[in-house]
Amino acid sequence: MALTDEQVRSLEKQAEAIRETIIQMLVAAGSGHTAGPLGLADIFAAFYFHILKHDPKRPDLPERDWLILSNGHTVPVRYAAMAHAGYFPVEECLTLRKFGSRLQGHPERLRLPGLETTSGPLGEGLSQAAGIAYALRMDTSKDIGSPTSDVGLPMSHVGPRVYCIMGDGEQEEGEIWEAVMFAGKNKLSNITAVIDRNNIQIDGMTEDVMPLEPLADKYRAFNWHVLEVNGNDVAAFIAAVEEAKAIYEKPTVIIAHTIPGKGVPGIEFDYHWHGKPPSKEEGKQFLKEIRTMSGKVPNEYA
Amino acid sequence: MNMLNPDAKLSAKVFADDIEQFPTRDGFGKGTIEAGNADPNVVVLCADLAESTRAEWFEKEFPDRFIEMGIAEQNMAALAAGLALAGKVPFMASYAAFNPGRNYEQIRTTIALNRMPVKICGMHAGVSVGPDGATHQMLEDIGMMRMLPSMTVIVPADAEEARKAVIAAAKTDGPVYIRFGRAATPVFTTSDTPFHIDKALTLWDADAPKVAILATGSLSYSALVAAQALSQEGIESIVLHVATIKPLDEETVLEAAKRAGYVVTVEEHQAMGGFGSAIAEFLSEHHPVPIKRLGIADQFGQSGSPGELLAHYGLDVLHIQDAVRAFARV
Repeated sequence: MALTDEQVRSLEKQAEAIRETIIQMLVAAGSGHTAGPLGLADIFAAFYFHILKHDPKRPDLPERDWLILSNGHTVPVRYAAMAHAGYFPVEECLTLRKFGSRLQGHPERLRLPGLETTSGPLGEGLSQAAGIAYALRMDTSKDIGSPTSDVGLPMSHVGPRVYCIMGDGEQEEGEIWEAVMFAGKNKLSNITAVIDRNNIQIDGMTEDVMPLEPLADKYRAFNWHVLEVNGNDVAAFIAAVEEAKAIYEKPTVIIAHTIPGKGVPGIEFDYHWHGKPPSKEEGKQFLKEIRTMSGKVPNEYA
Repeated sequence: MNMLNPDAKLSAKVFADDIEQFPTRDGFGKGTIEAGNADPNVVVLCADLAESTRAEWFEKEFPDRFIEMGIAEQNMAALAAGLALAGKVPFMASYAAFNPGRNYEQIRTTIALNRMPVKICGMHAGVSVGPDGATHQMLEDIGMMRMLPSMTVIVPADAEEARKAVIAAAKTDGPVYIRFGRAATPVFTTSDTPFHIDKALTLWDADAPKVAILATGSLSYSALVAAQALSQEGIESIVLHVATIKPLDEETVLEAAKRAGYVVTVEEHQAMGGFGSAIAEFLSEHHPVPIKRLGIADQFGQSGSPGELLAHYGLDVLHIQDAVRAFARV
């Protein structure tokens, strides 16, 4: 069911708030990644304020959906989204990367409830997502006694869903394709993978460093259902996630085309901003740009 | 004189020529079935080596709880972490050269740092793999795994103890590495032999020992045979089988070192960084004594029969006796 304009606007507002918090926390930390988290703000707003079944007061809710962040270096966007969703006070975001903080430079499950896993070394998230999805399916088929419900859907498909956000550069890791093969073989339709296709990695543009295209065809060849959307359009992204829920014969990957550095026009698409934080002065300027852009982001897919 | 520790309840055939011989990997097959019966969350993953790892014994019993990974050890490790996140108790099996040889970083990040109760089962470890040669003779796994915070490291002495180690590992909250061998070796412990993850097992205990032989894995049997022979020539010793290298049973190790004054360690692993190193690290800080570490001397293995290779690399009964005699003469 389509989102109302009001819902869309509300999610866009959340994405703006997440972007502002990202800038503030990166400036306070003095290190960290800028481009990826900004580009992912719309997707995280969609997850934490619309898509996920979750309870910020009860991060271990048994029936929750799982969100695995494979490209752990983008975790500032997750911290910001979790804080705005009520997992912890937004002020705590300013402890990012500081000694004693629960907000480690790369996410650690045991330090902050709600993170689901520990990540940073690339290529490992989809394997873990596949393990969770496989376990959920074992449990549901055991409870039901049959892998198929009376409406013709595998029971695993109507239970909790497992989302796995990956980077695009990360697709260069061999382990990803081991996991893609496994999920395809086992038809893990309770997985929706999301690739943040922002085309940058540390050493340059992905297609220069190590070409990934044709990425969609590669996933199709491994028995995945592939959707491509504008990842900075919350309504389009949510529609793709809904479509994935209707695909029950194979896992789905959403290739989400995002603009790295989105929201700060001066740094959009600039790979130099992959791995560095804004200075204090730049931070002030970036916040101003995010606020000026507020409400003016053209929503061409709406 | 027979100085076998009666509390160890070793096999009546312990020194007999016809003692039964089975590979420790058989204990993996049996143990996972027992653990699987006790806990419905136990699952077994295998990377295209179901027969030789004995994972197929579990597969036959619990086909729905066996997960074939194909030849993909990195995916196997992180996927096992995912299964554990969702409440399963995964045992993942492949040759130690690949598991943890190939998937070390996945084990470090998704299992150890994440403190997932994944049981990493490294098969065909050591030179006694035999004809396969150096690529498949894992000699660095104990070192790799014991360095990881939160990891328990167990090297069973025989198939029976391996069975018990698997059952105990299934009940342990954290990650565990268990090392298994390919070759059939004497089954000298019995179902009555005590096994506790935190405890070393005294096999041989003389009143006035000159040397303490500390061994791990199936070479603990060779250490016991060496001690018995030495006793007949008047050299008395203690033999400790240290199955759990981490956490180390410091109390028992310390007592043996204090009583004997000299220590010989025996392992089918690089002498650098493995079991002997763990003992040397501990004793150097708590009770420095002269130590001789028998292990592979900073080199790779090669093809041959297990017996030829253990003799060549100085890990057979005769070499253990030589090392003990050298201290006894001091």
